[in-house]
Amino acid sequence: MAEMRMRDALREALREELRRDPTVFLMGEDIGAYGGSYSVTKGLLEEFGPERVRDTPIAESGIIGAGIGAALGGLRPMVELMTINFSLLALDQIVNTAAKLHYMTNGQMHVPMVIRMASGGGSQLAATHSHSLEGLYAHFPGLKVVCPSNPADAKGLLKRAFRDDNTVVFIEHTANYGFKGEVPDDPDFLVEFGQANVLREGSDVTIVGYSGSVHQAMRAAAMLEEQDEISAEVVDLRTLRPLDMDTVVRSVKKTNRAVIVEDAWKFGGFGGELSAQIMERAFDWLDAPVARVCSKDVPMPYNRDLEFAALPSEEDIVEAVLAMF
Amino acid sequence: MTVETAVTGASGGPVLPAGQLERFLYEMAFIRRFEEKAGEMYTRGKIRGFLHLYTGQEACAVGAIHALEERDRVIAHYRDHGHAIAKGVDPKRVMAELYGRVDGTSGGRGGSMHIYDTSKGMMGGYAIVTAHLPVAVGLGLASAMKGENFITLCIFGDGSVGEGEFHEALNLAVLWKVPVIFFCENNLYGMGVSFAESLSTEIPKLAAAYNMPAVSIDGMDVLEVHLETKKAVEHCRAGKGPYFIEAMTYRYRGHSMSDPELYRLKDEIEEYRRRDAITSLRLYMEERGLIDQGRWRELEERVERDVEECIAFAEASPQPSIGTLFDHVTKESNGG
Ligand SMILES: Cc1ncc(C[n+]2csc(CCOP(=O)(O)OP(=O)(O)O)c2C)c(N)n1
Ligand SMILES: [Mg+2]
Repeated sequence: MAEMRMRDALREALREELRRDPTVFLMGEDIGAYGGSYSVTKGLLEEFGPERVRDTPIAESGIIGAGIGAALGGLRPMVELMTINFSLLALDQIVNTAAKLHYMTNGQMHVPMVIRMASGGGSQLAATHSHSLEGLYAHFPGLKVVCPSNPADAKGLLKRAFRDDNTVVFIEHTANYGFKGEVPDDPDFLVEFGQANVLREGSDVTIVGYSGSVHQAMRAAAMLEEQDEISAEVVDLRTLRPLDMDTVVRSVKKTNRAVIVEDAWKFGGFGGELSAQIMERAFDWLDAPVARVCSKDVPMPYNRDLEFAALPSEEDIVEAVLAMF
Repeated sequence: MTVETAVTGASGGPVLPAGQLERFLYEMAFIRRFEEKAGEMYTRGKIRGFLHLYTGQEACAVGAIHALEERDRVIAHYRDHGHAIAKGVDPKRVMAELYGRVDGTSGGRGGSMHIYDTSKGMMGGYAIVTAHLPVAVGLGLASAMKGENFITLCIFGDGSVGEGEFHEALNLAVLWKVPVIFFCENNLYGMGVSFAESLSTEIPKLAAAYNMPAVSIDGMDVLEVHLETKKAVEHCRAGKGPYFIEAMTYRYRGHSMSDPELYRLKDEIEEYRRRDAITSLRLYMEERGLIDQGRWRELEERVERDVEECIAFAEASPQPSIGTLFDHVTKESNGG
């Protein structure tokens, strides 16, 4: 075990996978000479050379398409799209090609590729650079969607992603990069997909989150305990596809209340899916309607106060919980 | 100091009237100082988010945009403060936007990368690389179909040429013969990736392949930029379709305020500083007796005062009220 930040844990995972498997290679915008926009790939170019750590032109659709081809040709590419905002330029290749080939070829082809991207608002980057689109990617059958909240999960899930035979969309919240935690140094340490993590046990309400919102959920749970003597259980989904609904349902049946927290917009969002599944499987156990705490229904403004007002906060979570009692 | 730039470095009489030369000199110096000040305010936490400074590239905005008429449009990438200022947007409002205040060009919602002022023909500020090239084609189409004959000057970085939309836009522009000038500010890097490593050919050849007139010019020479853009303007105004200019230039600062600059050497920056556009124009004017030390000092003092005024304006401007958060998500329309 060593304490490290999430960006360092991700780098460790990449380094170990590059060492373990000669078919693994990385490509993306500014992952080499620049050191990665969020310093995740820093030093890897020097260690593994330009053949396996490729700086690419700004061509999101092109590099995802090439990643698909490389995967079909027997390699295991990791393509970094810098941020989820720019992944929209590659959406066609991800959705129409990567997610479809295995099914459409009746199992003849598969696309083992990891697509990494940073996500989330809160840094005053304004409307075009503050998206939280995890739920969008989770919408498509054929993809796997991973959103770690802490360094150990980040490492274990990323290493697991390189061992998957499907395209894994691996989404990292920018607010989590600096987050510190204990990380196993065992090179065989993996975190399995589809296993939600109960980060905090509680008896009165279940707060479900993923990625950045998990930390808000934890702070809200602490506030509820201190101020209101309410015991909240916090569930970190870790992967949206596959989705571990069993853990969520088990928790809700115990606490009889559920609050879903995400940075994304509420309308048409992933929280709606969670809410519907809770209703389908635990309706009789619910003491209150499922609540969702999400971003306000506006493009993200640049101004600090406006952005703060647009994003969900721990106070919003506390308020949503209190409204259930 | 030797001046190597093509027009500014040549001998002979002034190629533009003295008043215009002085205006160029003032405006380039103003943008330089405005950007330095913005950088300073960023480190003091007054400006947040991404801030991409334009220092080093001033000759492009000033030379090219002053070849346009007022009714013409400018559409640019996110390194856009200089373009907005040259297009006549009030720099006080640009600074207020960087501060995120109500008097900013977008009331503080857009920030540095998204400067818009439609009343001045400044159509933005686009932070998704290359997104605005097809938009420029559409503006050109509107100009042609409505017979308004305004020109759209579309400014972007060298990083744009690898995107599919670059090629889609160029092809459409020629097919539809739109009055659009594609102006590529080639500052040798897209973030940390050197231009040489990201394109398998030369930029003007790409435009030429789509049957568009294309030139490569010295973007550190405001006079060359100006005269060459004027040719492009004539071409577009005469209804001959789009025109492509690659201006070779250099940014003195990092890509954004958070760039560790691991990919380039200080020597390279120094080399370009020796060809600085502002110094070159000042020497050009001095040699022709159009400016002296005293007058230059006056200009510098004016620049300083005017930039301070922008800061004071931005500082005094209020924060937008939270109650406005939901304004303008969609436009009120009655369907009529
Ligand atoms: C589609 C897209 N991909 C990636 C980015 C991230 N990004 C922002 S600026 C930039 C470099 C662009 O370089 P260039 O076009 O040369 O403009 P310059 O910054 O040099 O003015 C990159 C990769 C982005 N904003 N949009
Ligand atoms: Mg560039």
